[in-house]
Amino acid sequence: MSSEHSNKANRNLVLSLLVVVAGAFGFGYALVPLYDVFCEITGFGGRTNVESVAVAEAPDLDREIRVEFITTVNSYAPFEFAADMDSMTVHPGQMYFATFTAKNMTGQDKIAMAVPSVAPMAAAEHFVKIECFCFNNQSFVANEERAMPLQFIVDPDLPEYVDTITLQYTFFDTARVASNN
Amino acid sequence: MTATVVDTHAADHDDHDHGPTKGIKRWLFSTNHKDIGTMYLIFSLIMFFTGGAMAMVIRSELAVPGLQFVHPEFFNQMTTMHALIMVFGAVMPAFVGLANWMIPLMIGAPDMALPRMNNWSFWILPVAFGLLGATLFFPGGAPAGGWTMYPPLVLQTGDAFPFLIFAVHLMGLSSIMGAINVIVTIINMRAPDMTLLKMPMFVWTWLITAYLLIAVMPVLAGAVTMLLTDQFFGTSFFLAAGGGDPVMFQHIFWFFGHPEVYIMILPAFGVVSEIIPTFARKKLFGHDSMVYAASCIAFLSFIVWAHHMFTVGMPLTGQLFFMFATMLIAVPTGVKVFNWVATMWRGSMTFETPMLFSLGFVFLFTIGGFSGLMLAIQPADVQYHDTYFVVAHFHYVLVPGSVFAIMAGAYYWLPKWTGHMYNEKAGKLHFWMSTIFVNLTFFPMHFLGLAGMPRRIPDYSTQFTDFNTIASIGAIGFGLSQLIFVWILLTAKRGEKATDRVWEGSHGLEWTVPSPAPWHTFTTPPKARIASESFE
Repeated sequence: MSSEHSNKANRNLVLSLLVVVAGAFGFGYALVPLYDVFCEITGFGGRTNVESVAVAEAPDLDREIRVEFITTVNSYAPFEFAADMDSMTVHPGQMYFATFTAKNMTGQDKIAMAVPSVAPMAAAEHFVKIECFCFNNQSFVANEERAMPLQFIVDPDLPEYVDTITLQYTFFDTARVASNN
Repeated sequence: MTATVVDTHAADHDDHDHGPTKGIKRWLFSTNHKDIGTMYLIFSLIMFFTGGAMAMVIRSELAVPGLQFVHPEFFNQMTTMHALIMVFGAVMPAFVGLANWMIPLMIGAPDMALPRMNNWSFWILPVAFGLLGATLFFPGGAPAGGWTMYPPLVLQTGDAFPFLIFAVHLMGLSSIMGAINVIVTIINMRAPDMTLLKMPMFVWTWLITAYLLIAVMPVLAGAVTMLLTDQFFGTSFFLAAGGGDPVMFQHIFWFFGHPEVYIMILPAFGVVSEIIPTFARKKLFGHDSMVYAASCIAFLSFIVWAHHMFTVGMPLTGQLFFMFATMLIAVPTGVKVFNWVATMWRGSMTFETPMLFSLGFVFLFTIGGFSGLMLAIQPADVQYHDTYFVVAHFHYVLVPGSVFAIMAGAYYWLPKWTGHMYNEKAGKLHFWMSTIFVNLTFFPMHFLGLAGMPRRIPDYSTQFTDFNTIASIGAIGFGLSQLIFVWILLTAKRGEKATDRVWEGSHGLEWTVPSPAPWHTFTTPPKARIASESFE
């Protein structure tokens, strides 16, 4: 084997291996959108359904589901945030309203974001929000306190064994929260 | 033990060739696979003792309940740094060092295919660990969020954070370059009549490992880059406030992390598959099935990652899939263990130090494998998750697993490297001390975990005291036992001269070159046939 020949073979192999390396690096990033798709399909991570779902003509009045509301405030977010009622009993297929109240505890303007999560996971894709304060960033002027609306339907296809759905919101300050420096 | 001397050197040194340059330049600018292999091995030994010293801090603190020696913050830095140093600084470079030394000798190549890249991939490592080690002296200290670097916790690391990320980038770069070098060497530089399936098992397992490395190290690089941009450049890959998801990091990390554990064990399988036939004086049972089993393990390693995170919440189908896929790995692994046992069956065995370490490996690695099967059972894992049971499991596969295989390989090939037999009595003492103390250290951790003691805590409830004290005594004993190994290395050249074949039952091209192996070997390709016939 001449050294010229082996140099060429080496170069070709190295180049193709570098393509694998670049592909693997790209794959790491490709996992990000793939993960989003996966979560939306499976309800993984308690992601709620934000797509419009055909509402059943008649609500299922025989079935009662308890919907519980839980709120958490991120430790870096200077807010008070709570649901106006702890829970409500709903019929699948009927539309309901709930309100949450938040207060900016600082003398500065703040922009907040509420991140939802639904448990159990099997209920996540059947909990349909028509309108939600969590769809957009919420601006608060200094010391502002206000109620924010949520409008939702529980899909009648909700699995039989689910009789309680817990909706949880975490309230974040969208300014950089991670840095502790 | 060295009765027959097979005098069939296919390789002679080239008399026209000058030897190595003298002094520091020989090492700084080295492109010689043996010199670079030596540097890798010495570096990994230094890292082994550095990470080991941190383990001593951890075990001293845990010897009795309460806080006695260190602050909890420093304790967390120790667990994080211990893991990073042992994984990326000790175990992986040791296997790369063995690969550098032995793969060209085993396949009859004059050197690695890309010698200058080889130099670069080694010299990046001290820089990477310099960056990482320096963080110990930073205000706020070293990284303390665990070696898995989960956000949002890791984002609270102080000034050490960017250093951690860049150190991981450099380690990854070094591994990727080393892996490319191994693949190109094996694919392009084998002796003319050495077909792929004639390759020794160590070469085979390293080829598979190298492919794993180039497939997953870039994914880790991507994950830590996302952490970096989340912290400094306003992205929100893992920040819930910006629409990201911290759990996604765990998925990406373990997509790297699970193949990574096979990166640390497949070359160990290779080393043991070389040693057991030598001292059983029989051919390796089922060579080809070993190759297929290793490939199978490598493939499965990509589809089991979520068993590290069963408790994050995942659909039932996901839990079932990852549970069964994980259990499936026991099948090819079982093939390997049965093949080793079948190789020994009716062999005429002797128990020199490399063989003792290999036998210890087979037995104790299998214990780690079984506890892994227990952890794979999703409903049970909810109980075991983040307890000392997990610590016991992965230390069994990594310490009497990978580290014992590295020790076995070091003793096995040391006479080929130095040209002298090491002190066999001291070697046996090293083995028995290590084996006794390693079990004393890690076996009680199973019980601690089942009783509910969590990982990564500097203090614990008093009912865990007895087992923790035993584990700490074992750890100190294991640490001290490793000093025997250092003494053996320092006196390695004092023993009797080694023959070319070194061991009576050894076979393969590496035993056809003189001992010590000259600086240049196989400048003309050997005939692989000679090597396979030298085994009778």
